[in-house]
Amino acid sequence: MEYMLLIFRSEAELKKMSPTQGAEMTAAFGAYTEALQKAGIMRGGARLRPVETATTVRVRSGETKVLNGPYAETREELGGYYIIDVPDLDTALSWTARCPAASYGTMEVRPIWPLGQD
Amino acid sequence: MLPADGEANHAARAAEAAARRSYGKLIAFLAARTRDVAGAEDALSEAFAAALTDWPVHGVPQNPDAWLFTVARRKMVDAVRRRRLGEDAAGYLQWLAELESDEEGEAVIPDERLGLMFACAHPAIERSVRAPLMLQAVLGFDAATIASAFLTAPGTMGQRLVRAKSKIRDANIRLGLPDQTMLAERLDTVLEAIYAAYSEGWADPEGSDARRRNLADEAIWLGRLVASLLPDDAEALGLLALMLHTHARRAARRGADGAYVPLSDQDVRLWDLAMIDEAEELLSHASRGGKLGRYQLEAAVQSAHAVRRRGGQSDWAAIVQLYDVLCQLTDSPVAMLNRAVAIAETQGAAMGLAALDALAGDARLSEYQPYWAARAELLTRNGSAEAAAEAYRRAIGLERDPAVRHFLQQRAGTVGG
Repeated sequence: MEYMLLIFRSEAELKKMSPTQGAEMTAAFGAYTEALQKAGIMRGGARLRPVETATTVRVRSGETKVLNGPYAETREELGGYYIIDVPDLDTALSWTARCPAASYGTMEVRPIWPLGQD
Repeated sequence: MLPADGEANHAARAAEAAARRSYGKLIAFLAARTRDVAGAEDALSEAFAAALTDWPVHGVPQNPDAWLFTVARRKMVDAVRRRRLGEDAAGYLQWLAELESDEEGEAVIPDERLGLMFACAHPAIERSVRAPLMLQAVLGFDAATIASAFLTAPGTMGQRLVRAKSKIRDANIRLGLPDQTMLAERLDTVLEAIYAAYSEGWADPEGSDARRRNLADEAIWLGRLVASLLPDDAEALGLLALMLHTHARRAARRGADGAYVPLSDQDVRLWDLAMIDEAEELLSHASRGGKLGRYQLEAAVQSAHAVRRRGGQSDWAAIVQLYDVLCQLTDSPVAMLNRAVAIAETQGAAMGLAALDALAGDARLSEYQPYWAARAELLTRNGSAEAAAEAYRRAIGLERDPAVRHFLQQRAGTVGG
């Protein structure tokens, strides 16, 4: 079963990191991604550019509204995601806890709902 | 001062103390005949709620346990009358009535917790739920706390606990000691569940989560309980010795800055000498039983490290021998991994690596961080920088604890891979 692991963390906090800490975090993410790949469960994933690059689009009554900024202003922002294929939620949770972001941000785990499935 | 508030606080503290001391005892006794653990829990939680209303007004009763028991039993009878009809209820109510006559004039509630623990760790209960069930039924942990400790979704954990309790009731699993012929085998599942609880608690080294730090303490408490109720069982003593030996080092495994400190670098002055002494005594008592087992062996390994507290060196030769026996006894990949690490200490990194290579195909280790960390360490000592860097990356990617991850990253950095 496929799960999406969404990474929420504070960009303000990330900016406070020293270059060494930043490099260590990047390396940790590299190692984590590699571990997912070696386990044969990685189905996708990406990191996202900071929220100030976000743009929202809404179409209401034929009118299109395009706005600068993210969908919601929150203390922790969506920073990226992984999609993994594992047998059950418990396994998904144990991989989620290993993600470096779990120790400074918040991870949300959601089952993927395949298209065409009720 | 604050009379009303003070009374309420006093009552709350008394209720909390009674809960801590007697929760499992009350549940065990309430559920012993009915086998209805969930019903007993509901009734007891209502009794605690009643205590918080009643005690601040009328004062804390002389025997809080007996008070709680009487109220809980009455709640249980009420609940049965509401829920059950006909013959089913008749038998059930008779059980509860028997309880009443047991208790008449006698404030001492018999200790049937061991029986409750045997039911929680019954082979018919799914293995992964045994430790959580014990924590809930004997110690009163709520499902959400247990779920966090065992890294499970709270809803899922709640359902599993409910299902396990239904199973005890519906399959008529006896709350009591198994026959002498079954005792050793069944005790094994009880000890395993306690050790699982301890390990989960231990996995939170900083104690940043108060509830989980508590879990290791509570597991030791359960271990003490079993050891006190079965004072001559070598493995029950062995498990308690193992937990105490490990726990004695808890203050030493983090530096002042929160950094991870591996066993070999720990400041032994931070080890708890009293706890080590107690573990040693338990272990020597256990060895007189003449029944060897995994917990005694693992405790003996810890004992071979504990000599450092008195200025000695870890006795690696003894540790290799202990792991040899442990491997024969258990087929545990973790024991084989630890044996390889010990071999590296006595015969050099190359021999240790050879022992690790023999385990390389074991699927149980492929996502086990300590395997990759040990491999990385031995490859480093053996001068294989590139392979070491690769193994460190695997270990880092599998680690959950940020302090350990940071430690591994530092080590990987010194290899320069």
